[in-house]
Amino acid sequence: MSAPSAEASSSSRNEHVEERDSVIVRFAGDSGDGMQLVGGQFTNTSAMFGNDVSTFPDFPAEIRAPAGTPAGVSGFQIHFSNHDIKTPGDDLDALVAMNPAALRQNLRSLRKGGILIVNSDSFGKNDLRKANYESSPLDDDSLQQYKLVKIPMTSMTRDAVAEAGLGTRAADRCRNFFALGVLYWLYDRAPDATIDWINEKFAKVADVADANRRALKAGMFYGETAELLQGRYRIRPATDIQPGTYRQIMGNQALAYGLITAARLAGKDLFYASYPITPASDILHELAKLKNFGVRTFQAEDEIAAVGSAIGASFGGAFAATGTSGPGVALKSEAIGLAVMTELPLVIINVQRGGPSTGLPTKTEQADLLQVMFGRNGESPVPVVAAAYPSDCFTMIQEAFRIAVEYMTPVFFLSDAYIANGAEPWKVPSFENLSKIEVKHPTARVDDGTSGDGFLPYTRNEKNARPWAIPGTAGFEHRIGGLEKENNTGNVSYDPANHERMVRLRQAKVDGIADSIPLQTVDGPASGDLLMVSWGGTYGAVSTAAAEARREGLSVAHAHLRYLNPFPKNLEAILKSYKKVLVCELNLGQLWLLLRGKYLVPAEKYNKVQGQPFLVTELTEEIHRILGS
Amino acid sequence: MVTNGPLPVLTAKDFENDLDVRWCPGCGDYSILAQMKKVLPEVGIPKEKIVFVSGIGCSSRFPYYLSTFGFHTIHGRAPTVASGLKLANPDLSVWVITGDGDGLSIGGNHLMHAIRRNINLNIILFNNRIYGLTKGQYSPTSPVGHKTKSTPFGSLDRPITALTLAIAAEATFVARTADRNPAHLQYVLKRAAQHQGVSFVEVYQDCVVFNKGAFDYSIEKGVKDETTINIEHGKPLIFGAKKDKGIRLNGHTPEVVSLADVSPDELLIHDERAPDSVLAHILSQMAQPYLPEPMGVFRAIEEPCYEQEVLQQVADTTKKFGPGDLNKLYRSADTWTVK
Repeated sequence: MSAPSAEASSSSRNEHVEERDSVIVRFAGDSGDGMQLVGGQFTNTSAMFGNDVSTFPDFPAEIRAPAGTPAGVSGFQIHFSNHDIKTPGDDLDALVAMNPAALRQNLRSLRKGGILIVNSDSFGKNDLRKANYESSPLDDDSLQQYKLVKIPMTSMTRDAVAEAGLGTRAADRCRNFFALGVLYWLYDRAPDATIDWINEKFAKVADVADANRRALKAGMFYGETAELLQGRYRIRPATDIQPGTYRQIMGNQALAYGLITAARLAGKDLFYASYPITPASDILHELAKLKNFGVRTFQAEDEIAAVGSAIGASFGGAFAATGTSGPGVALKSEAIGLAVMTELPLVIINVQRGGPSTGLPTKTEQADLLQVMFGRNGESPVPVVAAAYPSDCFTMIQEAFRIAVEYMTPVFFLSDAYIANGAEPWKVPSFENLSKIEVKHPTARVDDGTSGDGFLPYTRNEKNARPWAIPGTAGFEHRIGGLEKENNTGNVSYDPANHERMVRLRQAKVDGIADSIPLQTVDGPASGDLLMVSWGGTYGAVSTAAAEARREGLSVAHAHLRYLNPFPKNLEAILKSYKKVLVCELNLGQLWLLLRGKYLVPAEKYNKVQGQPFLVTELTEEIHRILGS
Repeated sequence: MVTNGPLPVLTAKDFENDLDVRWCPGCGDYSILAQMKKVLPEVGIPKEKIVFVSGIGCSSRFPYYLSTFGFHTIHGRAPTVASGLKLANPDLSVWVITGDGDGLSIGGNHLMHAIRRNINLNIILFNNRIYGLTKGQYSPTSPVGHKTKSTPFGSLDRPITALTLAIAAEATFVARTADRNPAHLQYVLKRAAQHQGVSFVEVYQDCVVFNKGAFDYSIEKGVKDETTINIEHGKPLIFGAKKDKGIRLNGHTPEVVSLADVSPDELLIHDERAPDSVLAHILSQMAQPYLPEPMGVFRAIEEPCYEQEVLQQVADTTKKFGPGDLNKLYRSADTWTVK
């Protein structure tokens, strides 16, 4: 398929087309309205057109909350631009609300003067009651500060698809494509990619394909014919993007690709064990499809069995990972301690969500940092890395595996719901250009007679890593377990001095990983008034806010941490190069606590725990507050 | 069974290592270890391909006292680690050593799922009807009324029958034996090793410190012939010192009959290969003081092994879609080029 040209959908009329640098739109409707689907289509079309894009799907935990209620509203936000962007954006330029509940839940995000497109057919008495409106907001002046566009989408879609021969219910399910068509018209997008998608997706149900095509086109034609607005908008392809071939990718998908890639880079097969949990399940779904890559997926009976089987697979020489979210990490904790004690390579993925307990299963949060750092009995150090944006999952999961096998240790990989479900353009790598991951299994040994079998499983190399000798290798029979062991022999030992030595050795091994990770980088001045510090999925918002502050002439730098345990070696010096340090996190100050504890820096913190990402404007206000500007 | 070309001749001694065995003097575990060492050289698997995985408890120290690969894991989780190991490397002979607390209490869920998947593991559950390592609390197999440190006025818990649980989870091999019956123990361990699919073996095992004599009723000379019954495939259920009693089914209920009164062809004939688990279930429910407790192989049926099916699925999808090409995977969506 060829990329549609910028002029592909321009109409012949002499209409007004306004240039914009970037636009933020959101589709909002009932969970069953297909908002995620059309959001994804709009994103793909925009990305292929050459815009930079960043998305934020926001959906309820319930599969189908009662239809038409605020609890069941599902939204998909897309930020697309003619330049490099890092967040899905703050205030909306346009909102599509498919019913009153969607309007109620999303209106506060729409900027004053923004475009509000509603399905006016869905504002009946019942619809209004379910959304707790006493009277229709379409009929009073409550929406007068927006450009309100009322479209009877249900009836227009029914008319448009009538010839496809679907029943009313099936016809109504095409409404989302009508809405998509309206936005394609409004933002001068070509429908080609979506039509191709419909043809492929519904290849076996010709009438559904036909109906969806008709609905999409009807939306576009309606926009054009009805002259809904004074004009429409054009966002040219981005010009500050690195040359190369791109595709769109979501965080969990990038993570799945990265897992297989890491195993391949080591010449290994991947073993992935998981118990279904939001928002990590999609990693399992993706990998389960890719068995022809030698992937063995195992849906275990519970979280403990998932990590247990991964540990067993690792003992057997596989590249083993287990994926979950915070509640699952809680259940896996004891077994992770076993991996620490037995010094086996293992990657534990935590796609964080709102907590504590079941919390906010589909919403984002960063409140598991201290859990993965310290949530085990005993002195139990585990390295921690965190992805910064969706495609970064691909890179950082390879790093997690490299550290795991190079240092013979379990490693935590942190993602979050925002990264997992967010989509962005990804410059497609070439496998041949990626760094190999070196793995050595001992296969021949000199029998020095120091132990019954000769092989000493707890000897260490210069990195304090022990040998990864795997069952099936003659001459390397050995026993490991959760009891404290003697260094070198690995024999069970209750000797007090040995215990302290082993505790310190395990800690020194993890601390030593700092020798193998990149130094921390800083965007902005190397010293100055304010250093903003962040980690995980807040990268986009914090870096954007810091960059905007610098454009205003403020002395604001930004350090985004991908390595959280151990920290990069130069981090202390960086923290002490600024008058003020502000740690921005979607928790109550977990990295802040670690940095203050470790480096005795008087860092300040800025926190949000609403299950939602930072807005750039919130961070900008905080920068101004802290600098007194 | 795993084979690997011509095998060196091994003896029990080859499976010893130099660690001191630290079970209490007189513990039934010593016998199980001794019989295991005798059986391992006979199952035809190279030593380096044998792995013992255990949980927590007295029984779970077992891997430390063998010279094979071993993994002493955490409480109740041995079946999970063993499952992952077998899936990663189906070529290995993987044994799970567990106890009544480890396997039936804290790890009950994992035991059930390892069994129903039919992963080719040999699960040996040492049942001493007590928590030994934590110094004497009642276990899921302790009888009602059992007085222990945590039940000074008698246990209120209704006990579970290990084999009934395994059979309910559709185990393809189920057997019972006893620490103090070495020849039978060796026979059962060997059968378990040879079985393709999950093997579940309950071993009646004496804890001489905290539950001494718990199995005397089933093992002491003079009583064992009346309280237990050896079951053998294709043979009628006959027991008693004088082989003068048998088991007959009355509806679904087994009953003791005298061979003086009843013709042998009315007796229940054991069929370990019965495709359904009804007979095995009935046998597993036979218990003292009403009925003799069956010893031997309750069930041994052939079903596909999970780990082989996992491999097969990988092979099938590879055949269907071709070997995975990462560069193609990276480009498996709409792409565009920025110049």
